[in-house]
Amino acid sequence: MEVVGQLQKQYVDFITSLFREAYLDDQYVQLQKLQDDSNPEFVVEVVSIFFEDSEKLLNDLASSLLVSISLFWVFILCLRPSLLLMVVLFFLLFLFQLYSQQQVVDFKKVDGYVHQFKGSSSSVGAQRVKNACVTLRNFCEEKNLDGCSRYLNLVKQEFYLVKNKLETLLRVSITLW
Amino acid sequence: METNGFSSPRPDAFPAGLRVLVVDDDPTWLKILEKMLKKCSYEVTTCNLAREALDLLRERKDGFDIVISDVNMPDMDGFKLLEHVGLEMDLPVIMMSVDGETSRVMKGVQHGACDYLLKPIRMKELRNIWQHVFRKRIQEVKDIESHEGLEEIQMMGNSMEQSDDGYLFCGVDLISGKKRKDTDNKQDDRHYGDPSSVKKARVVWTVELHQKFVKAVNQFGFDIGPKKILDSMGVPWLTRENVASHLQKYRLYLSRLQKENELKASFGGMKQSDISKDTPGNVCLQNSSNASRNSVTNGSSGICGSKVPIKNVDSKICVEDMKVASVQMAEPKEALIGDITDPQKSSNSRTGLNHSFGQIGLDVKYEPKILTQYSWTEVPPVQFEQEHMPHFQSQSWSTEVRPVHFKPEQKPHVQSESSFSHLPLARNHIQVDCRTEPILSHHPIPSTNEKDKRADIGPNCIKSRRQGIGIVTSVESTAQLFSVQPKSHLTHCKEFEPIPCSMWNMKNHSLEKIPLNDVDSSQRNLILGTGSGFRLLDEELRRYSPQGDFHPQNAGFENIESFDYSNQGIIADIPPLLYDSLNFDYGNPSETMEYPVIDQGLFIA
Repeated sequence: MEVVGQLQKQYVDFITSLFREAYLDDQYVQLQKLQDDSNPEFVVEVVSIFFEDSEKLLNDLASSLLVSISLFWVFILCLRPSLLLMVVLFFLLFLFQLYSQQQVVDFKKVDGYVHQFKGSSSSVGAQRVKNACVTLRNFCEEKNLDGCSRYLNLVKQEFYLVKNKLETLLRVSITLW
Repeated sequence: METNGFSSPRPDAFPAGLRVLVVDDDPTWLKILEKMLKKCSYEVTTCNLAREALDLLRERKDGFDIVISDVNMPDMDGFKLLEHVGLEMDLPVIMMSVDGETSRVMKGVQHGACDYLLKPIRMKELRNIWQHVFRKRIQEVKDIESHEGLEEIQMMGNSMEQSDDGYLFCGVDLISGKKRKDTDNKQDDRHYGDPSSVKKARVVWTVELHQKFVKAVNQFGFDIGPKKILDSMGVPWLTRENVASHLQKYRLYLSRLQKENELKASFGGMKQSDISKDTPGNVCLQNSSNASRNSVTNGSSGICGSKVPIKNVDSKICVEDMKVASVQMAEPKEALIGDITDPQKSSNSRTGLNHSFGQIGLDVKYEPKILTQYSWTEVPPVQFEQEHMPHFQSQSWSTEVRPVHFKPEQKPHVQSESSFSHLPLARNHIQVDCRTEPILSHHPIPSTNEKDKRADIGPNCIKSRRQGIGIVTSVESTAQLFSVQPKSHLTHCKEFEPIPCSMWNMKNHSLEKIPLNDVDSSQRNLILGTGSGFRLLDEELRRYSPQGDFHPQNAGFENIESFDYSNQGIIADIPPLLYDSLNFDYGNPSETMEYPVIDQGLFIA
């Protein structure tokens, strides 16, 4: 059918563009090759596992960068000082945190999560995510909190992008084949 | 996790049916790998926790042919798992990681991995993993052939001749079985099957078995032969080559631990608590428990801990030596003691700092060598020490411990000294190389409180090291240098003008490079007289302990050990930092470098 033909063409174009823009790399092709009649939903399964695991990993990652900020605030709130005092305390604590955050954040832990995420993303061929992870790791090594937070956002962004695209791709391929 | 029942390998079409255990904390990879391996017609079992994997392996003693494991796992380090599998089950292990840095790969190989794959992994890479299984089998066959064949022939005599021949023949056939396999010869010969289907009863080293093994090793010393271990273990079904191969692995494992610990110590500022855990006596002989690690570390603190640019040969020697030396506990003790006494002696008369890393265990062997290195003319190197130092030690330890004993008085048996006299530069450098012992001896640390000492020594050592290369070369009076207790020594060192660490490094390097003809000969002498040497050292120590604080041998010994350990750590630490400045060749000592040292120094008596 013409519609099917068109859809197929669109699919091919789409996936080609994904490869071209490095959203996906050769590993995805390998996954496709692994899929066979005995396991026709293989790629979908793998990708679903990847999404699930990654969400969790990203949450851990984000929380590991935030660490103890909340503790200070909780402490302050518990004290219920006067408003003025609270303001002053907030300010002081904020300053304190600014300087101490570097020590408070466990960069090793963050690095561990990033490494894990890098491995995960390489499993499905999410190249851009992987590259963002590499850069994020460098920031972790330098203990650059600012750089880390920035790049974490980038990693998240890339992840959601590729997730979107993969979902579309898979939906189309299921429809078509 | 997909589990299979106890399955035996399919006799046909190797490598199909290869039983693979995959361990990875990433569920995505686990799924992908499972699929890939299934496509290669392997039997796959997956596991996402290392502990579970170990349990599985122990449960099904003969249930797997090969293990594939990720490097970074939350519950256990992949390298640890690798070691356990190697020690207990003797299965080939393949590591994988998304991180392909050379250092990691090297670590993997060092821990005994058969291969190191980079993620993302391709199918074709997985297709070939059977080669590792095959290779191992062939090696086992060869082992059996050589060990058992020989033993049997020797032990059984003529009456067994026929069976021996048959056995040997079997071994030969097993090897050539490969060819048969290649030619697709499906002879299912019961006597000689293919190596691929030969399943010689694999010995699974259970925890109890391993503990028996370690006890036996501890009893006799590390350097004993498998036969003795086998006899003392009293396990009837165990064969000599099982023990031999296990012993080899165990030694590798220990040496690795030592290196790791030493690095940790040097970089982490000496974890004294670890060091102080075991007495020197127990050094080197430990279970694979943490305790053993600590003790081993202690014992082998001196061992190639430094990642200094030692020549490869040196480091290799180092490792081997470690294994060898670790056995001799008594000797190291003596040596250490001897070293201590040396400093004491030399303190009186010499200017430089003599360091002797009282490397426990191995150290003993190394120490003598190190001592020989000194070139201070004024300080006659402890000759007896020299005699007993294995030469390789000097090579491998050159970076760390260069014997810098400056003793004005000439000891009759020390001949290497004279040989050194012609190397002024060397001397300087050597001196720079503070020995832990002298340092130890210098610092008055109450022997009773070993832990404290160690703790003190640690930071002190580090400090002294750093500064102190200067110490070695510095000219302070020997009297200052030697006090029994390391602490004082360290503080003393601090007083010294810190000679650039480079000096020290130079020394190390130069020492290594020294075309020491004299040294060689003296080294050889040393190698010979280890036993007597140690006794001598002992005596010397006793004789010379100036401050009478030289506490009971053991106490002192321990101190020294810990101190040495820390020192070595320090030393190990320094070289990498200063490596760049090194490039000193003994043969062509840079004049400029030399002079400052010489000026400072002063040595002598």
